[in-house]
Amino acid sequence: MAAITDVLARPTGYSGIWSWLTTVDHKRIGLLYGFSAFAFLLIGGIEAGVMRMQLSQADNSLVDPATFNQMFTMHGTTMIFMAIMPLSAAFFNLIVPLAIGARDVAFPRLNAFSYWAFLFGALLMHSSFLVNQVPDAGWFSYANLTEKPFSGNDAMDFWALGLQVLGISSLAAGFNFIVTIINMRAPGMHLMRMPVFIWMTLITSILLVLAFPVITVGLIELTMDRNFGTHFFIPASGGDPILWQHLFWVFGHPEVYILILPAMGIVSEVFPTFSRKPLFGYPFIVFSGIVIGMMGWAVWSHHMFTVGLGSIATSVFVITTMLIGVPTGVKIFNWIATMWGGSITFSTSMLFAIGFVALFIVGGLSGVSHAVAPSDRQQQDTYYIVAHLHYVLFGGSLMGLFAGVYYWFPKFTGKLISEKLGKWHFWLFFIGMNVTFFPMHFVGLNGMPRRIYTYSSDYGWEWLNMLSSAGYFIIFLGVIIFMVAFVRAMRNGRPSGHDPWDAPGLEWSISSPPPEYNFAEIPQVEGLDHYWIMKRRAAAEGNPITRPEPHVDPRTIHMPSPSYWPLIVAFGTIWLAGGLLTHYALSFMGGIIVIIGIVGWGNEPPTARDPQH
Amino acid sequence: MAHAAEHEYTTTGLNHRKLLMWVFLGSDCMFFASLIATYMVYRGQSLNGPYPIDIIDVPLTTISTFVLLMSSFAMVQALSATNANNQRGIRIWLFVTIILGGIFIAFQAYEFNAFKNEGLTLGVNLFGATFFTLTGFHGAHVALGLIWLTALLILGFKGRLSPATSLDVEIAALYWHFVDIVWIVIFTLLYLIAGFDTGPAIAAG
Repeated sequence: MAAITDVLARPTGYSGIWSWLTTVDHKRIGLLYGFSAFAFLLIGGIEAGVMRMQLSQADNSLVDPATFNQMFTMHGTTMIFMAIMPLSAAFFNLIVPLAIGARDVAFPRLNAFSYWAFLFGALLMHSSFLVNQVPDAGWFSYANLTEKPFSGNDAMDFWALGLQVLGISSLAAGFNFIVTIINMRAPGMHLMRMPVFIWMTLITSILLVLAFPVITVGLIELTMDRNFGTHFFIPASGGDPILWQHLFWVFGHPEVYILILPAMGIVSEVFPTFSRKPLFGYPFIVFSGIVIGMMGWAVWSHHMFTVGLGSIATSVFVITTMLIGVPTGVKIFNWIATMWGGSITFSTSMLFAIGFVALFIVGGLSGVSHAVAPSDRQQQDTYYIVAHLHYVLFGGSLMGLFAGVYYWFPKFTGKLISEKLGKWHFWLFFIGMNVTFFPMHFVGLNGMPRRIYTYSSDYGWEWLNMLSSAGYFIIFLGVIIFMVAFVRAMRNGRPSGHDPWDAPGLEWSISSPPPEYNFAEIPQVEGLDHYWIMKRRAAAEGNPITRPEPHVDPRTIHMPSPSYWPLIVAFGTIWLAGGLLTHYALSFMGGIIVIIGIVGWGNEPPTARDPQH
Repeated sequence: MAHAAEHEYTTTGLNHRKLLMWVFLGSDCMFFASLIATYMVYRGQSLNGPYPIDIIDVPLTTISTFVLLMSSFAMVQALSATNANNQRGIRIWLFVTIILGGIFIAFQAYEFNAFKNEGLTLGVNLFGATFFTLTGFHGAHVALGLIWLTALLILGFKGRLSPATSLDVEIAALYWHFVDIVWIVIFTLLYLIAGFDTGPAIAAG
């Protein structure tokens, strides 16, 4: 066993491509997550563009129906699993250790594995484009459309196996962040002194590790139906397609909160900073998050009101779904109350946070209208649903995540993004998203179904669809301006100093960008908004804090060493999954690579012995 | 493997790896819960035989269940020997755990084979699909545990297990006991309760 470890000398050094491939530094992994997720956000956006162009006119024939099916399937799957979730994971990685006063996550190599498994899983699913067998059964891939008789090629196997690997990545990340947050807080940071973002990360991670196994089982059953002759979801053999719906939505509804809670955490950091007031009702926001996390398990069947589960089941889910609006409303009132009477700075980050609240309210209200089962029967599978889910995912999650990008960008680069370009970005996004998605409420209630590739001009949906398609270009322009602003800031942004916003969080007490070891000395936390407490006390004593914590010689601090093994295990995993699509011999090889990787991983100490000692 | 980790500061005082194992087991609960739920939803829904009453052999599986439970007992002894730094005891009890786990797997292999010969396959009906998927994934968990315990046994023969590294044994033991507990649930539901199901008519009534 030792021989295996010796073949690959421990990677050293902190520059060059190998330093990125073998990194276990949470900040670097966070950046890898962020840039990869943004690339997939662009891919998902282009897929949306194809759909919008096709639908801009009635009886259009820009793409054929088969391509259109692939577009909406991959748009949904990509945006949820490969854009929003990894963007949230990027923030978990970048912020969590810094905000709880830790030097890294609990399992740095597992963290690297999470990233590589995410990247390879996403590439596996997208490799379906190369063989033109693109998944086309919608992002929730209802049985039995996904079974062999209806989806004969390998497209659904690409989908199921790619998603399976993405699930492994999410599970590994979930385990890691739960342990990190429970176990690695700086002394004095009690649970009720944790920043709300950390709370929301914890709740999201718990949802991840409990919800993903359910979809894992669903995907296993689907894969077995397609490849090993079972009939889990085939009615002719006694199987029940509704079981897939249950398994999918028992996972799928907690997943909705996995997508939104991180953004809620981010804006809970942004509002106090730019209102110059502590967060209003901190315990209410925290407990609302916990209640959302728990109740998220009791509402899944509201996705299935038209299935015909019976009036009792439907009534129960109507009530739970209406109830879950309450903790969400509590949060919204607390954010508004945080701004109330505050001394507000309308920075780009703050604008995105306010935009988040405004748009999320719209999405929340349409959400409550789905909770009413009779009205949902009218809305099911129409563009009204599309409008709702984009108000909460684009208006909610994505706006919140961009608030985080503008808020924490200076922390990791030491530079400021141009406020002028940033505000252009915000207004293009805010206006563009409303122009795109608001008309969908109307076409939806007028009866336009989801997932149709074209429609007759007789229905009168044309001009509203044209408006939506025009909105797409406004959003597109916003993305371009963001990229320009980002690159310009990276190249020659104004220096930000370590604490440009006079923020309350621990992460702002160290230099920007943070040193590799984060904190030279682990801080002693004295309360919620620790850094505000420190700064106020120092100012009262007459020597205000103007400098970050001083750097020390990095060799005096033992940090986890880079490692090849996470990359190798992730590589073996994807080989294993890919083999199921092509030839089982490849799976066997992948399995061997995984085993070798795990043995090597286990035999390697987390921190290499320092030759100088 | 974990010399430094034992003494590092953690907020709760719990070791990171031990906490990780607990969180993983929580997640694995949902995995088995979903498989078991599938089984129970499809109980009595098979359109054709073989049905459980035709092939389920409760006495046989009672023996293998007993063997698996005894392996948990041996695991407890192995951990206790590790804490007492009883090197001989560590090797003996880890070995016993592995042998008992291996016997359980052998029983399962025999059972799968016998069922196959009696016409129960993955594809023949829903009973076959749900039975083999659920017990198969449980068997895979046992097999993984056996590989893990074998690695520990090798460490034991190298003299690398001691009270200082007893956490390595303890975490494996947590996993092993969990796999046992899942089997108790499976045995109760699939064998004792649903093992005498005949055809669709019974379950419907």
